[in-house]
Amino acid sequence: MAEAGAVKGASVVVVGGGVTGLSAAWWLAREGVDVLVLEKGIVGWEASGRNGGGATHAYSPLFREEQRLWPMMDELLGYPTEYRRGRIRVALDAAQLEHYELTSRLAQSQGFTVDRLDARALQELVPYVGDDVAGGLFWNYGGHANPQRTVQGYAWALQDRGGRILQHATVREIRVAGGRAIAVVCDQGTFGCDAVVLAAGPHTARLAAGFGVAVPVVPARAEMIVTEPLPLMRHGGVDGNGLYGRQTLRGNLAYGGGPHEWIEIDGAATPRAVNSPVVRSLARRLRELFPRAAHVRVIRSWAGVVENTPDGRPILDRLADPANVVIATMSSVGFGLSPASGRAVMQLATAGSCDFADLTHLGLGRFAGLAPDWYRDRGWVPWSSGDGAAPAC
Amino acid sequence: MTEPLDSTAIAGKVFPVRAHVPVVVVGAGPAGLAAALEAARLGLAVLLVDEHPVGAGLIGMDVPLQFGERMDAAVRNKPRMLERVVAARPGIEEAFAMGVDVQLGVYAWGAFVDGPTSRAQPRPLLALADDERSWLVSWDRLIVAAGARDLAVAAPGWDRPGVMGARAFAAALDLYGAFNGRRLVVLGSGVVGLETALRAKAAGLDVAALVETADAPQGPAALVDAVRRTGIAIATRRCVAAIAGTTEVERVVLRGLDDGTTHEIACDTVVTAIDVVPNVELFDLLGCRVAYRAPHGGFVPDVDGDGRTSAPAVFAVGDCAGLSDAGLGDPATAIAAGRRAARAAARDLGRTDVPADGAPPAAEPVADRDPALRRWIAAQAAEGGDALVVCQCENVTLRDLLGVRPPAYLDYDAAKFAGRNLHSLAAEGPLNQDQIKRLTRAGMGPCQGRRCREQVQALIALRSNAPTGSVPLPSFRAPLRPLPLSVLSADDEPAELRANWTAWFGIPAQWLPHWEKAPEDAEFWGGRVPIPDATK
Repeated sequence: MAEAGAVKGASVVVVGGGVTGLSAAWWLAREGVDVLVLEKGIVGWEASGRNGGGATHAYSPLFREEQRLWPMMDELLGYPTEYRRGRIRVALDAAQLEHYELTSRLAQSQGFTVDRLDARALQELVPYVGDDVAGGLFWNYGGHANPQRTVQGYAWALQDRGGRILQHATVREIRVAGGRAIAVVCDQGTFGCDAVVLAAGPHTARLAAGFGVAVPVVPARAEMIVTEPLPLMRHGGVDGNGLYGRQTLRGNLAYGGGPHEWIEIDGAATPRAVNSPVVRSLARRLRELFPRAAHVRVIRSWAGVVENTPDGRPILDRLADPANVVIATMSSVGFGLSPASGRAVMQLATAGSCDFADLTHLGLGRFAGLAPDWYRDRGWVPWSSGDGAAPAC
Repeated sequence: MTEPLDSTAIAGKVFPVRAHVPVVVVGAGPAGLAAALEAARLGLAVLLVDEHPVGAGLIGMDVPLQFGERMDAAVRNKPRMLERVVAARPGIEEAFAMGVDVQLGVYAWGAFVDGPTSRAQPRPLLALADDERSWLVSWDRLIVAAGARDLAVAAPGWDRPGVMGARAFAAALDLYGAFNGRRLVVLGSGVVGLETALRAKAAGLDVAALVETADAPQGPAALVDAVRRTGIAIATRRCVAAIAGTTEVERVVLRGLDDGTTHEIACDTVVTAIDVVPNVELFDLLGCRVAYRAPHGGFVPDVDGDGRTSAPAVFAVGDCAGLSDAGLGDPATAIAAGRRAARAAARDLGRTDVPADGAPPAAEPVADRDPALRRWIAAQAAEGGDALVVCQCENVTLRDLLGVRPPAYLDYDAAKFAGRNLHSLAAEGPLNQDQIKRLTRAGMGPCQGRRCREQVQALIALRSNAPTGSVPLPSFRAPLRPLPLSVLSADDEPAELRANWTAWFGIPAQWLPHWEKAPEDAEFWGGRVPIPDATK
């Protein structure tokens, strides 16, 4: 690590080395912008590197760009992302099939195509499903990638283009003067800047509050399980039965879903995201999805902390005051959209608007008038059974 | 409690437990048995679980010990193995007689307690499984006596059947009565290596050599003398150039570290007995504070005189709390620790009449166990070179590891990695084994990193000229034993969990087009997949 004093400010300081901040910084570096990422831990360490790796978000205005960019990402970054195109949805019964057909319409309405798979065709593509599977859908769009490899790819690619990353740098304050952010203060020093991208995940709210802007996000923990490797299916992007996930290129089945837990984060802390008995319910659903893989061993589980806005939609917004700050939270769905969200953030930071997607409804302004305790009304608060039987652990 | 609940969150979903037990003891070695017996004597209801005899499938995966396929077919006969385990540990019969609920062949694969990101369960839980199913128990006090596991060291050919760890060897011989080797080469002349050689000799096995990279035997003089009296040759200043054979181990080629000469020794088993490692996986899951202490054998939990960890309801006793200088030969320390913890647990649970154990806590270990680890790892890395496979499961070579390369099954631009390695990574902040795991896959395989995590830690430390303990403990994750989906599967999950299951957060507007204004009262449809009836 260079001496703290030796790290100079940057034209754009990105607060948060998660997948959204890293992608934005990489896009900025591609444009020749002098960019510095401040990350309080290790790049991509939290939810950005621990997720299902899905790249299929038809409800997003960034969907087309997501679909356009992913096939190019290995080449653009210069590092492997393990991206593979296409998704298969497995329906165990007629009700699930109907549900998945319903969820396919949004992509179909945008010109993407879906093939229906009968049970036999599905069994050929996905040998781990059972005899009584109802059928499935093949989405000729979407895909999946390896989150861990991709976040590191962004980090390395942005360094290759002269961008800088300072890890283990906890941002304390974004200093504002005359309606503009002028510096970012962290433990290692104060970094002057012309613009700030605030992409600090669950910490975005606290840091924005420091300059008087309310960003309504609350954090929650979600978890996944992963099995030992299995022979590769033709398409790894297979899920269903209330699970999201994929078979990795190594052959592991990595799946998540089910109940999340709303949490509180103490200041700038990075809470250890633990697993819960939900891992057994994930195993149950995966066994139901892939009965022919019932013998496969689960070797790991993990959990990550994500933040959600009141409507579960991103905030991608260049603020009016301070005028040189972009807020970027993807509301719990950041990884797959990251090639596109980073480009959008780059444009917001450099040009003030995005020329390839309609971000009208992703502004912070939509939450004007939101009650301060909005999250309580939804039950988005930590919950304890409260019978007092639990000793302090 | 009038606030609404998010029906798709964990809030309000209480997972069924098979039983609530005031005191659960994990591990039926000397420390765990002593704890269970003492707690039972004090009138407490006690559940004592031990994973031995483990299923044959896990034995084949080198879980939880590096068995190296040196167990005979009897290990498939679970009832017979149960008999042997009970016979090998007389305290188990006594525990049965005392009314302890003894469950053998049961894996403790997870523990769930209150913490900053988990508050929804009414009581602390321990997750258990046998070879058929998994279940949860709740507890008031948990005494972990998980012992130690094997320290593996990569050498050319170390993936051959017949290469095993010292604790696996001891278990094969004394617990399972199923060791099927005849002629051994033992690596390491510290207390573990010397005890292993002596035990083998006592069992009538042939010990062809004891190998040591240092210039003299490392363990206590009395043990060295005892080994020498048996006639076992101690080969110093040597490392392993190759472990060779057609498929299984047939011979070991040793290399003189001073003159580079080699010589072969015929054998069918190589026991890596350089050291053992305290089993701290449950403490890591539980969030107990752990610290690296070289005399204790690596990362161990912080404990007070009673063995109480930083999680006040959790105790650590025996080898998992830290190794002793005396090795396995002296169980008295472990037994005393088990009793002290049980008495402290009893006091916690209302037995205020139980006085503290008068015996003084055992002397802290003083012998620094780190130099042997570093010396062996450095010698074997130098001998094995770039092609040495460090992580067997994921086939990660030393070159891949030091160069933070992607796995071999990926195409990548090698030129991009020319300047990237552990050094460049270290320049960006303290090295973290979990990050290197993500990049290289070292430690990500089915053995759950058991065979490589200490090696990777030491290699990172050696290459960055840092103390071994400066590399943080890589995280442990549930399930702590590889469990089939069919075993882990929650067939007992609460109905409200099944009914409210969503693939992702149950936020209606998240699934509707974001280029339109979010409806005020969107009907939720996007992520809630109709889950088939549980009875189907």
